Order: sequence, then C-alpha cells, then structure tokens
Amino acid sequence: MAKVFIYPATSLILSDLVSRHGHTPLSSAVAIRERVQTAGLESPPLQITPEEPKKGLKWAAVEVPSGVRGRMALYGPMLEECEAAIIINDADFAFGCMGCARTNELIKFLLRQKDVPKLDLNYPRNEEEGVQFVAAIKRFLAGLGSEK
Amino acid sequence: MTPPVRIAQISCGAEYSGVQHEIDDAAHEVNGEIFFPDIALKDIRRDFDAFGLDVRSPDLKLSIARAKALVEGRVEADAVFIATCFRCAEAAIVRNELRRYIHENSKLPVVSYSFTERTTSGTLLTRMEALTTIARRRALLARETQQGITLGLDSGSATTKAIIMKDNKIVGTGWTPTTEVLKSAHSVIETALAEAGMTMKDIQAIGTTGYGRFLVGKDINADLIQEELTVNSKGAVYLADRQHGPATVIDIGGMDNKAISVMDGIPGVFTMGGICAGASGRFLEMTAKRLGVDITELGPLSMKGFGGRVPMNSYCIVFGTQSLVNALAAGSTREDVAAAACHSVAEQVFEQQLQEVDIKEPVIMVGGTSLIEGLVFAMGELLQTKVVVPHHSQYIGAVGSALLASGFIREH
Repeated sequence: MAKVFIYPATSLILSDLVSRHGHTPLSSAVAIRERVQTAGLESPPLQITPEEPKKGLKWAAVEVPSGVRGRMALYGPMLEECEAAIIINDADFAFGCMGCARTNELIKFLLRQKDVPKLDLNYPRNEEEGVQFVAAIKRFLAGLGSEK
Repeated sequence: MTPPVRIAQISCGAEYSGVQHEIDDAAHEVNGEIFFPDIALKDIRRDFDAFGLDVRSPDLKLSIARAKALVEGRVEADAVFIATCFRCAEAAIVRNELRRYIHENSKLPVVSYSFTERTTSGTLLTRMEALTTIARRRALLARETQQGITLGLDSGSATTKAIIMKDNKIVGTGWTPTTEVLKSAHSVIETALAEAGMTMKDIQAIGTTGYGRFLVGKDINADLIQEELTVNSKGAVYLADRQHGPATVIDIGGMDNKAISVMDGIPGVFTMGGICAGASGRFLEMTAKRLGVDITELGPLSMKGFGGRVPMNSYCIVFGTQSLVNALAAGSTREDVAAAACHSVAEQVFEQQLQEVDIKEPVIMVGGTSLIEGLVFAMGELLQTKVVVPHHSQYIGAVGSALLASGFIREH
C-alpha cells in the first residue's frame, strides 16, 4: 500500500477515497466548514510556532514569505515521504482549499519533479465530468496496489 | 468593565507564520479583541468577483470578501487590522487596496502591517493601542483647545520632552536626551516648570506618551497615558492649525517612523516602521557625528549641498554610513554628504511607509528631525509639495499629551 500525497491537502473527499483503497493519505486533515470563522480557509493546527517558518527554509529561501515557509514545514516532509500523488487543479473551495497560491505552486512543482506515480486532474465542472473524475481516481489508486 | 474593542482581522499567512497569538496578545493588552469576520463560502466567490482584483491566493480572496462584509455592514467591528506576509507581492497589493477601500468607504480605523515570523506582540502594541483609542475615544480626540494648566511628557527613545500649557498657550518647555527614563523625565519637567514659573502643585492634569509612557505615567501619576500615533497626529494638526479636513503627519523619530493619514484631527490610516535604523533620525545623528557637526547644524549644512553628487548604494545604517565615508574620502564636500544623508532617509520613508497611507495635503512634519531643514526639503521634493513644519514641532508628543490631558481636568 502506498503513501499518497493529496492536493488540495485539506480535501476530506480525496483523503477518504485514498483510505478506502487501502492506501495512506498524506494530508492536513483539517475540516473545511461551511462557515469560515478562522483566519484562513485552511487554518493550521495549533502547534504552528515561529519555528515552523525556519524549518520551512529547507524548501524555500529566506526571502520567501514566512507564510509559505510555515506551510512548507508541514507539507515538505509529506512531499518527501510520499510514494504517489493526486493533484486536483482549480478545485472548489468546498472540495478542499489551500490558502496561499505561492505555496500551492511550489507544492505542485515539487510533486511534479518527484519520480512517483501521479494523477494530475482538473476539478469537474458538471456531473459527467464528475463521474469520470471519480473513476480516474479509482483507477489510479487501484493501479497503485497492482504496482506494489 | 468596558467591553473590549472588536478588531476585525483581515490577513493572509498569520497562522502559518506562527504569529497569530502575538497579534491576539497585543490586542488583548489594550482591551481589544481580535475576531475574524464570519462569512459564508458563497460570499467569498461573490464578493471577490465584485471587487475585481483578480488574485490567486484563496486566503486573499477571503480577505477581500471580509473587507466587503465590513464595509457593507454585514459584519460589525470597531476597527480593522490588515496583515499579510512581508515580501509577498500579491498580498502587498491586496493589503494596500483593502486598506484604501475600507478607509474610503467606512469610518473604521485601519492599520496595515506586513509581518515576518519574528513579529512580536511588543512590536504590534502601539498600533493596537492606537486602533482601540481611535475606535473608543473619539470624544477625547475631538478636543481642539487646551484648557487650564496641563503637563505633557514625551518619553521618546532618543529624547525626552516636556511641555506645560496654560489656557491654550505653551508656557514651559523641557528637552533632554533620554538616558535613565525616569531621571530624564523629572529633569525635563523641572526645566519646563522653571520656565513657566510654576510648581507641580499648579498642574491640573498630566499626559504621557512615547516608549517610556507607562513607566513615567505611573511615576508621576498621569491622567492620560497614550501611545504616540494618536497623540502626535493630534498635536500636529493642533500646532499647524489644521484641525479640520484632511492632513498627513510624518514623524521621523529616533527609533521608528510614523506616517499618519488624518481627517479632522483623528487618524484614519497609519503605518509605523521600526525595522531599519537607516530610515530613522539615528542615521542623521551618525552622519552629523561623522561630519563633526552638531545635529542642529546638519540641516543648514545640507541645504548648501547637492545630494545627487554622492553615490549612496545602501539604505542600511552601516553600509549607508560607509558610502558617506567613502564619498568624503573621494573628495565630496561635507555639504553634499549631509544633503545625501537627508535625501536617503526621506527616500526610504517615502518608499517604505508613505506608500501605505494616502498622502493628502497639508503634509505636516513633526518630531526632532523636522528641524533638520535638509530632510524637510528632501521630503518636499519627493512628495512634490510644500511641507508644513509647525512651531514647537520637536515637542509634538508632549504638546499632544498636554492638549488631550486637559480633558481630564474636570475629574479632579
């Protein structure tokens, strides 16, 4: 079974799909609520301290904003650990959302650089696309099992 | 107990930078309460599209939606704190546009800030205090004349100043470089009292401001202990006799700079810089020392020079001074070097701070550095306007404190 990084990392649906196929999702596992009452769309766990942006220097230089480096301190180790990745582009906020576009660009770039099985999909805009979308993810996850 | 001032936070990256609790702590310290305007996901899409600034980061889209909710009254707040990551270009554009949007379309006081992971609650305290003051003490800030006999004391990072006012006139002044905070304060009070021909018994109310305001305020039992952003802007429009309508107040201090957009004597938007000493009065002090002149002579000296003849390759106080030393060694005149130093400070304040407030005339320069005419000239050149320097401008915090303190006389 593979460790699968999911993008957006906050997507519960993706996380659930990965788990159902027996793989381990690598995600931030933070619920996106209907009401937004926190600072950001995907507010981080409380253990984020000013040390995290310093740890993030492993993936982004000091001139990169602290918010990007703080995020990379969380996602960087997952990117290194992952054995497969699912990337959903232009997802709806409710599907899963990561607040910083610069971090998102960096995460997707690092995933695409990595030599692991990847599924790069656009978020579906209608029911037909939705069916194909889920089928593609299922096929990808099932295939990961057979590779092993 | 007075309910806390509700400060709406509009931000991107504060939590992931690990500084959210610093923001919360700073607000809590001044009886403020940070909250995040509660909006629905569908509002984000609608408001972001309506605003028309096509940014990529979802948290900036959320910021835009929250700003619209505040302006349109869907969420109630007393003040707004806008904060984004330092060095993020996309966020800087949003921060600036939202600050302007809220300022122009609501009466909410706004402060904007770009943070790093090193931002502490101490750094944010003065800004938060100013926000809560403007939100809650408008009646106090509405005062236009000084009454009775009041003492104002400004315990600044570089100098300590005292002013005694009687019936709307300055009757006593005191000034000294800050060494021991309390000792310096008592020394200037003594000088001001002597000049006024009074004793402490004659004083009916006292106000303190500046970095040492809490320590000194407690020691001399002040009626008003107030941060310098509101006090200085109040003092500036009072001394310049521009208490009505818009004004921009610039105070280049010994340790930090303030740029404040004022309407009818009340600050609307303000910024406070304090990261780099190259944009402070300290740089000019070092320049004067290197040129072998007193700081009071730097202004006239710089007016005789032409700064453009001296290459300045850095804004840094260390490397900037090095540039000046190199220029002197290469044969530049002291006049040109003095002018270049003034231009460097003015340019840095212009580039880093004045872009964050809307410059509206009159532009009033206050604080000790406003007496350096080369600096005022350089600022006027950059802003393409005539800069107003009111009388007693170096005592601005003390004057503002004495003015506002007279609101407390009746309580005695």
